[in-house]
Amino acid sequence: MGSTNSTLSKIPNVEELMRETGFSPAHIVRLYDRFESLDKEKTGHLRPEDFGAINRLAMNPIGDRIIGAFFSSGQDTVDFHSFVRILAHFRPAENNRPRDPSLPEPVNSRISKLKFAFQLYDLDKDGKISRAELLQVLRSMMEMQVTEEQLESIADRTIQEADLDRDDAISFEEFRKVPLGDTLTLTQQRVASK
Amino acid sequence: MGWLLPFDNLLCMALGISFTVWFTSLLVFIIVPAILGVSFGIRKLYMNSLLKIFEWATLRMERGAKEKNQHLYKPYSNGIIAKEMSTLEQEIQELRSSSTTLSSEPEFEMADIMSFCRRGVESIVDDEVTKRFSAEELESWNLLTRSNYNFRHISLRLSVLWGLGLLIRYSFLLPLRITLAATGIGLLVVLTTIVGFLPSGRYKIHMMCYRICVRALTAIITYHNSENKPKNGGICVANHTTPIDVIILANDGCYSMVGQVHGGLIGVVQRAMVKSSPHIWFERSEVKDRHLVAKMLSNHVADKTNHPILIFPEGTCINNTSVMMFKKGSFEIGCTVYPVAIKYDPRFGDAFWNSGKFGMVSYLLRMMSSWAIVCSVWYLPPVNREEGEDAVQFANRVKAAIARQGGLVDLLWDGGLKRGKVKDTFREEQQKLYSKVLVGDQEDQAEDRPLEFSTLRGVVLVKTIS
Repeated sequence: MGSTNSTLSKIPNVEELMRETGFSPAHIVRLYDRFESLDKEKTGHLRPEDFGAINRLAMNPIGDRIIGAFFSSGQDTVDFHSFVRILAHFRPAENNRPRDPSLPEPVNSRISKLKFAFQLYDLDKDGKISRAELLQVLRSMMEMQVTEEQLESIADRTIQEADLDRDDAISFEEFRKVPLGDTLTLTQQRVASK
Repeated sequence: MGWLLPFDNLLCMALGISFTVWFTSLLVFIIVPAILGVSFGIRKLYMNSLLKIFEWATLRMERGAKEKNQHLYKPYSNGIIAKEMSTLEQEIQELRSSSTTLSSEPEFEMADIMSFCRRGVESIVDDEVTKRFSAEELESWNLLTRSNYNFRHISLRLSVLWGLGLLIRYSFLLPLRITLAATGIGLLVVLTTIVGFLPSGRYKIHMMCYRICVRALTAIITYHNSENKPKNGGICVANHTTPIDVIILANDGCYSMVGQVHGGLIGVVQRAMVKSSPHIWFERSEVKDRHLVAKMLSNHVADKTNHPILIFPEGTCINNTSVMMFKKGSFEIGCTVYPVAIKYDPRFGDAFWNSGKFGMVSYLLRMMSSWAIVCSVWYLPPVNREEGEDAVQFANRVKAAIARQGGLVDLLWDGGLKRGKVKDTFREEQQKLYSKVLVGDQEDQAEDRPLEFSTLRGVVLVKTIS
């Protein structure tokens, strides 16, 4: 009826998108409105500059990396489907249901969230967080406020604690074992409540 | 063909009679009271009955949703982001698996990035600034499809009601309002031209025409604190939501407008208005010259018989949930400033003009096909620039007063961000905050500088960003 139903029908493959990501129809419409308001030139795609217009994101020390996570497969535009799929990582995980191993990993499971977080650190996508990459993250988070030596000692200590196979880098398996506890899911759960 | 003739006459008579009846009732109930400044209270009655209908509609939608075991989408209580107002420090403390004794050595955990990540993603979905440039989301439905996310839960009865509402709005209210608007503008042009031929003086025909226009929009306005109404020789500043703000304020007092000279119909109206009282219209080329602008404003203000100038310092339309940065130009002139707060009630029709999405004509049509435009206008006590206060501080002081009175969020951001980008200095502020947390700088945590105050529906929260 009216404008909102036609919004849903404007989106191709919307049923599949809802099934895959678990967003309700109302949320999808809301996200589509948001997508359109960010896409100022009405191209149907978002570019990194469109994200840059969100000043809260520009203020965020790792804002660039978060934006990079949307453009991960080397393309320089992101369409609505990819936009929603990435945001779906942040939906609350349904931990109670026993998972059927033949089905693909749900996009908002704990593992998927961890993978998303991992790629914020691992910029060259080689599957490991090297010391240099860790330093880069620390630098962008603290920049002028601590000295280079302090940064290096923090990086050293972090790798020491997490690196189990002593290859001076943190692989995804080691990342999973870092005592993040359930707090990881908790914080990311705050996006998209039911 | 001969048998058509008697019907022809009948038809003509019927049309003639209905037209006369229509126009007479229009005249009696709307135009004459407008001219005389009298009100029958029809609009208040209309407003109250509409409210009851909206409540009923929302209850039915909730019932429908409950039957399907789903939840309604409500932007504040059940939206996409579960808002939790914790500061960055609190979040990171929570994340720390180790005990919270902060040593002098900066500590870092891999999980810290999560906090920034979450905030970043939240701001992609919804952020305080860019959401001000699109219409406000409503908690309950007001029978307009343009403001509904819960369309799946609409039962048959509601659909019928909606259809009825559509019929009433488009076939009765809309033509009525267009007629009134045409009458109002026509009268304005004609009368001001006539007045232009009479010996010079000030005539209050403006108010009459504005009153007709107000009825053309079915605007139900409540003026508060009229003792603070702007007086001659001052400047009136208000928050800007829509060009209709002008009509709403001019309905209750005489103002001098400031603006660019346009062509077409608006140009005709502008020229007509100048004939009966002075307004300040700039040529397009003069707009950039700030000194010229300031000079013309000062000259106008210096003559104490001139009406107060009406200025909207935000420079652009904001969606009426917040007040953005005031440009300092009008605060440098050095005369009394009369702040005015305008708050629209979005349940009856959202008055915000999203200039990127709608042109002027489609915006006006939307306005005229909503239920009504309900707003409150508060006249705040006049203020003057104090000793040792520069124009920017003065502007911020006035802005804070307006935001507080209207229940709007007071933001420091520039409305120009609609089209522009943000500076790097803000990013450094975030970095500073984070490193303070790591280093455990206890004294500094106490003096967090609040960057935003939110007054969300009566609950006051202080959000600290830096």
